[in-house]
Amino acid sequence: MSNTESDVAPASESSAPEPGAASDGAGPASTSLRETILVTALAFVSALAIGAVLIAIADPDTRAAASYFFAYPIDTFTAAGRAVGGAYLALFQGAIFNPTLAAKGTLTGYLYPLSETLVNATPLIVGGLSVGLAFRAGLFNIGGQGQIIIGAIFAGYVGFHWHLPAGIHVIAAILAGMLGGALWGGLAGWLKARAGAHEVITTIMLNYIAFFALAYLLSVKGFQAPPYGQAISNPVEHNAQLFPLFGSTMRVHAGLFVALLAAALTWWLLKYSRLGFRLRAVGANPFAARTAGMSVERSYTTVMLLAGALSGLAGVSQILGTNTQVTQDIDAGIGFDAITVALLGRANPIGIVFAGLLFGALHAGGTQMQSYTPIDLVAVIQSLIVLFIAAPAVIRAIFRIKTTGEGVGSELAKGWNG
Amino acid sequence: MSTAVAPEDVVVEHEVVTQTSWRQRLVSGTFLVLLGLVTIWFLALSLPSGNEARLKMGATDALSVPDLVLPGRATALVLGVVIVLLGVYQLVRGCSRRAMPWLLAAAFVSFMVAFLCWVSARGDGRTLDLVGLLSNSIGLSVPLILGALAGVLCERSGVINVSIEGQMLAGAWAAALTGSVAGIYFGLVGAMVAGALMGVMLALFAIKYLVNQVVLGVVLNVFALGLTGFFYDAFMQPNADTLNNPGVLGQINIPLLSHIPVVGPLLFQANIVVYLTYVLIIVIDVWLFRTRWGLRTRAVGEHPKAADTVGIKVLGMRYRNVILGGAVAGLGGAYFTIGSVGAFAKNITSGQGFIALAALIFGRWSPRGAVAASLLFGFASALQTMLSINVPSIPSNLLAMLPYVATILAVAGLVGRVRAPAADGEPYVKG
Repeated sequence: MSNTESDVAPASESSAPEPGAASDGAGPASTSLRETILVTALAFVSALAIGAVLIAIADPDTRAAASYFFAYPIDTFTAAGRAVGGAYLALFQGAIFNPTLAAKGTLTGYLYPLSETLVNATPLIVGGLSVGLAFRAGLFNIGGQGQIIIGAIFAGYVGFHWHLPAGIHVIAAILAGMLGGALWGGLAGWLKARAGAHEVITTIMLNYIAFFALAYLLSVKGFQAPPYGQAISNPVEHNAQLFPLFGSTMRVHAGLFVALLAAALTWWLLKYSRLGFRLRAVGANPFAARTAGMSVERSYTTVMLLAGALSGLAGVSQILGTNTQVTQDIDAGIGFDAITVALLGRANPIGIVFAGLLFGALHAGGTQMQSYTPIDLVAVIQSLIVLFIAAPAVIRAIFRIKTTGEGVGSELAKGWNG
Repeated sequence: MSTAVAPEDVVVEHEVVTQTSWRQRLVSGTFLVLLGLVTIWFLALSLPSGNEARLKMGATDALSVPDLVLPGRATALVLGVVIVLLGVYQLVRGCSRRAMPWLLAAAFVSFMVAFLCWVSARGDGRTLDLVGLLSNSIGLSVPLILGALAGVLCERSGVINVSIEGQMLAGAWAAALTGSVAGIYFGLVGAMVAGALMGVMLALFAIKYLVNQVVLGVVLNVFALGLTGFFYDAFMQPNADTLNNPGVLGQINIPLLSHIPVVGPLLFQANIVVYLTYVLIIVIDVWLFRTRWGLRTRAVGEHPKAADTVGIKVLGMRYRNVILGGAVAGLGGAYFTIGSVGAFAKNITSGQGFIALAALIFGRWSPRGAVAASLLFGFASALQTMLSINVPSIPSNLLAMLPYVATILAVAGLVGRVRAPAADGEPYVKG
């Protein structure tokens, strides 16, 4: 986390006006915490309910029973109940606790599902922080995929090409990954600052460029692993790997601590640092921020550098923790999942940690759920949750509750020209 | 947007519209001169003087057209000089803003012809299938054109459409499903209905619930990806023969036109989606700029309050345009399944909707610009495929980056700063 920017910031910043109610650093909306949690919980329940309907439709037994629905409707409901119950139970067992595994009596048996949740959550948390931080400055970072890929390339390269002692090697690889992501994100920020190129377009394009750059590297000797038949990189040296937290039987790795540290630093940055204040001011109202003497352009570059570094950390978690070799799908769709994490966490670092854990659990459980229903259900549930919290009016209408808050994402610039 | 027009305002406005800025002139002029020098140095002068470039002009079934044989070095040299002269003209005189795209297009075409001469005349004198290259370009462009036109409809009325990808994916999925169940031409209807339904979701959440439209678009893409993947796994993959076997739309040869040499096989021996694309390009361009509906759409997208004041139903216009746009994007999606490969697969659109979005912005929110940009992207993809066969020494993955690099350069100001419709993305709340 670079904080050098704040040292050279003009003194006039400290006297700048507070950018609205968002100044407490806890969240952009003025809604109460209780209301936020209520809406989120109801969004989750609604999404699961729609998911249940989909599971029932997809279940062959339910469809068979539905063919004689009017003769004997109970059958349809029991079949649907069995399908939905089985799928969601598997989801729970894959993510939180599995009695069958726990019956073995080992620590792994008890904790394996939680470990899977945390492994999935780690890159989602840092990726979510990346998108969330950019949100707070009014930018929409869709470039997570590219930043993760470049971060993973940099970290992986340092991981397998350099030979350093234990401890130093892993730190060097992590920093390299952050640097790679920061370059890729910063490029989009710089293009926005210098040429007014909208970050949504440039980051999407940079995603593709990173994708093809990786495809190219995976065919180059020195990066590609011998015997050069497969598109896979050399394996990262043991010294550069993020060590597993509970032994080799569980996949959860030290990247989790890095992610939590990053969340804490981002929280501090937004809440207490001068740079964070400037970023929030620019996000709340760029015109007011400029009038107050802040450089909006420099803020764009800075925030995208930081956001890129955070996404780079997600790439680091992927290559130094979860996997050891770079493959073409090293990003595993985290770049786009991170957007939903940031939205669910309302661009607030603490919220993002919880949102990352929730979606990490959904992903971990989704793998288990596969034997009952297609795994793509997770993406449907995920998008519906975000859709509902982005439109609290829908939740208000369904459950007849009173909420006053604005939807998630309303703090972003509205148009292409903004 | 002031109503009182002072004479000075008119003059200023006039100047802004017709003249390119000196900075733009400098940047584009220098770029063209450099491009010309690159053409002369790396393409023309690297060729041995005697080699010929052979470009195949006939499609496989129209062998009557002879190959085009050009002296490789001389052609590339002449074209390089042309590009340099265009650049010098731009630096010295500066063309009008309106002529700017044509200037760049002329330079681009010159460079591409010189490049193809270089590829063909480089060593063993291989024949390049020019018509094949161009017809691949058109094939790859069709879904991009439809996606970008969908974007034009939505965004000209003031609703940002980042979910072109999701609309196309839903269209591709529905085309395969309804095409298998009810017959292939019903697949087109199914695709448009599915795209329109995605459009309904976009419109409802954007216009009624005032959700941030870029966020909404991204979320709808995830939703479409998840839902189509879910139903594919649940129904279509286990019953591939009955539910994912729509076949491919047949080629229709337009009488007379399809017999024109070169142009016939290129444009008039295609399936119905391609012809619908031609129709839609013209219809949308005329509708947008020559009809009352189009005028109102643009008014609603630029200044909804003014439009409302004169009695135009802002929200109604937006709903109509967004849903229509969804249907157009859905038709573009159909091209991926029943238009080309004849089956649905997960994420079959693979990000083409985002390229269509880039084409929309590259094309400055105008139908013609969007079509031109889509053709450019389609050409770049086709060229990449051709080069990976003919010039294996250039890594194809690096070539594949080119369209995306070009997009970044374009939005970063190579063709001037792009300006979206003024109210694009702004929800309108009456009062």
